[in-house]
Amino acid sequence: MSAAELSIRGLRVGIAHRHGVDEIVRGVDLEVASGEKLGVVGESGSGKTLTMLSVLQLLPSPLAVLGGQVLLDGEDLMHADERRLRAVRGGEVAMVYQDPMSSLNPLLRVGTQIVEALRAHGVPVEAARARTREVLGQVGLPQPERIESSFPHELSGGMLQRVMIAMALSTSPKVLIADEPTTALDVTIQQQILDLVSALQAETSMAVIWVTHDLGVVARLVDRVAVMYAGRVVEQAPTRKLFARPTHPYTAALLASLPGPEIGHRKPLHQIGGTPPDPAHLSPGCPFRARCPYAIGRCAVEEPGLIDRGSGSVAACWREPELWES
Amino acid sequence: MLLGIVRRIVSMAVTLFGVAVVIFVVLRLLPGNAVTASLGVSSGLLTHAQLAALNHFYGVGEPAVQQFFSWLGSTLTGNLGISLASREPVSTLVGAALPITLELALASMVLGILIGVGFGMIGALHPGRWQDDVGQGVSVVGLAIPSFVIGTGLVTFLSSVFHYFPASQGYVSLLQNPWLNIQQIFFPALTLSLGIGAAIMNTTRAAMLEVSGLNFARTARGKGVSTRVLVWRHLFLNALVPVVTMSGIQLGYLLGGTVIVEQIFVLPGLGRLLVTSINNRDFPVVQTITLIFATGFVVVNMLVDVLYTIIDPRTRR
Repeated sequence: MSAAELSIRGLRVGIAHRHGVDEIVRGVDLEVASGEKLGVVGESGSGKTLTMLSVLQLLPSPLAVLGGQVLLDGEDLMHADERRLRAVRGGEVAMVYQDPMSSLNPLLRVGTQIVEALRAHGVPVEAARARTREVLGQVGLPQPERIESSFPHELSGGMLQRVMIAMALSTSPKVLIADEPTTALDVTIQQQILDLVSALQAETSMAVIWVTHDLGVVARLVDRVAVMYAGRVVEQAPTRKLFARPTHPYTAALLASLPGPEIGHRKPLHQIGGTPPDPAHLSPGCPFRARCPYAIGRCAVEEPGLIDRGSGSVAACWREPELWES
Repeated sequence: MLLGIVRRIVSMAVTLFGVAVVIFVVLRLLPGNAVTASLGVSSGLLTHAQLAALNHFYGVGEPAVQQFFSWLGSTLTGNLGISLASREPVSTLVGAALPITLELALASMVLGILIGVGFGMIGALHPGRWQDDVGQGVSVVGLAIPSFVIGTGLVTFLSSVFHYFPASQGYVSLLQNPWLNIQQIFFPALTLSLGIGAAIMNTTRAAMLEVSGLNFARTARGKGVSTRVLVWRHLFLNALVPVVTMSGIQLGYLLGGTVIVEQIFVLPGLGRLLVTSINNRDFPVVQTITLIFATGFVVVNMLVDVLYTIIDPRTRR
């Protein structure tokens, strides 16, 4: 693998209070190289969004980074001063957030908000306006001039999401972090956005982290997938490998719950029993063991670390992957 | 847009008509009438013929509806009547007093907004720190101590310790002697502004704190904008709607507050004139001043509505 553009090491996020800490992200390691697309998959509450917000230090209080490093081109952002952090935010690392409806300032025109992002990184006004129109067109919005002078409440959720993506791409960042950016979009628009990101990436060798719970998007877009569960990465593998031969029972269960393409003799969808645990209040052992059909005695005692499974994949499981291969 | 303006003006007119009715009815319910008010005890010495002539002159005993519309009609055509106590036209009396009250109200409002928004912003940007505590302290003082206590305290303190009492020279207008006028207006305005400032401060602080937790604030931060842009363009702009609402409400109360403060600081404004006129049963003056206060309230409310549409595009319809 080439040198990582962005690497997250041992990241721990939680709430510190008088009696100790509630850890919600419990030591996450992720890396993405320039020109690479990494998918981060997991259920709600698995810590994917918090991990991403930590990169730009945008965690809402009382959540805070408790430990770990975020390295951008080898520079630790956790020790960056406010000035440097401002240059990174939206400049070198741009982010697209969930819930586009509430992520734009309701009182400012959409164009103004994109121009502002560019202006914050030293682009002159006229150039910023031109660039704004250009990116709005690039994300497939019709009549960019009209969109530009609209207020957020005048646009649909799908349009707003594309505005958010345009805003993130406007500064040509080195790293794009997209947190469930296509959830609000219908399938055709979603495909358009995925194609756009792929095309831009081919041009600019931008690194992309795509956070989603949609494995279909993962399969179409990313090179490598990290599966998160209860505040940890439980499996990481090249996309093709992950889909063909999952090495963690949670991944295997996720894949089994995907609807297949076959029409006619549909088999009933598999469902993962139970609910994900609260990462802040875990009992010892593997957090997935209560829902895992392959759990053994050791799983209740010792939480597995990431174990090398060969051909570029790692998984946090004591059992052999052959068990769930049918 | 035009339709909206027309609708607002019509609803304003309806409100003011209602106010006029209430004022009229309340004043008729008071004991005494124009004759007893103008002559006092000596009205008992009038002969029947004299009384009948005076009653006819003032329109006493005519049907209430007719009295009301004759008052309303002349008020609308600019004839506010003659003061029963001083025999001067009401328009002269009110014309002299109105600018003083307007100046006082404006000065109090400006000071109140400066104090309120200033401390509110500082507190919201350093929640829980000493800057916040200072603001909260000012707010508690402003809310807990009524303006007549602050006012009398201020007058007593300034005059006994510094022998300073600018009102002793008689009121001068801003045009006659700007420096003395500013001194005369500053302390009453400060007295009124503390309460206003406290209310606006709490609103500003709460709105700022709420807004900074919203998603678009995170987006702005994530774009790498400067603190100045983040605070003013994103946070303050969005916190402005509740702040404007609160300022409008306070400006409404302020008109009432001037009554007390003008007494304390001996300013010959509308409030002072109102108190004197009520004591004298000087109906034409009381009616006019009450109507002016009501109009002020309604106009302020309309301005607040207009400000909303300027600030928030979602309310433009």
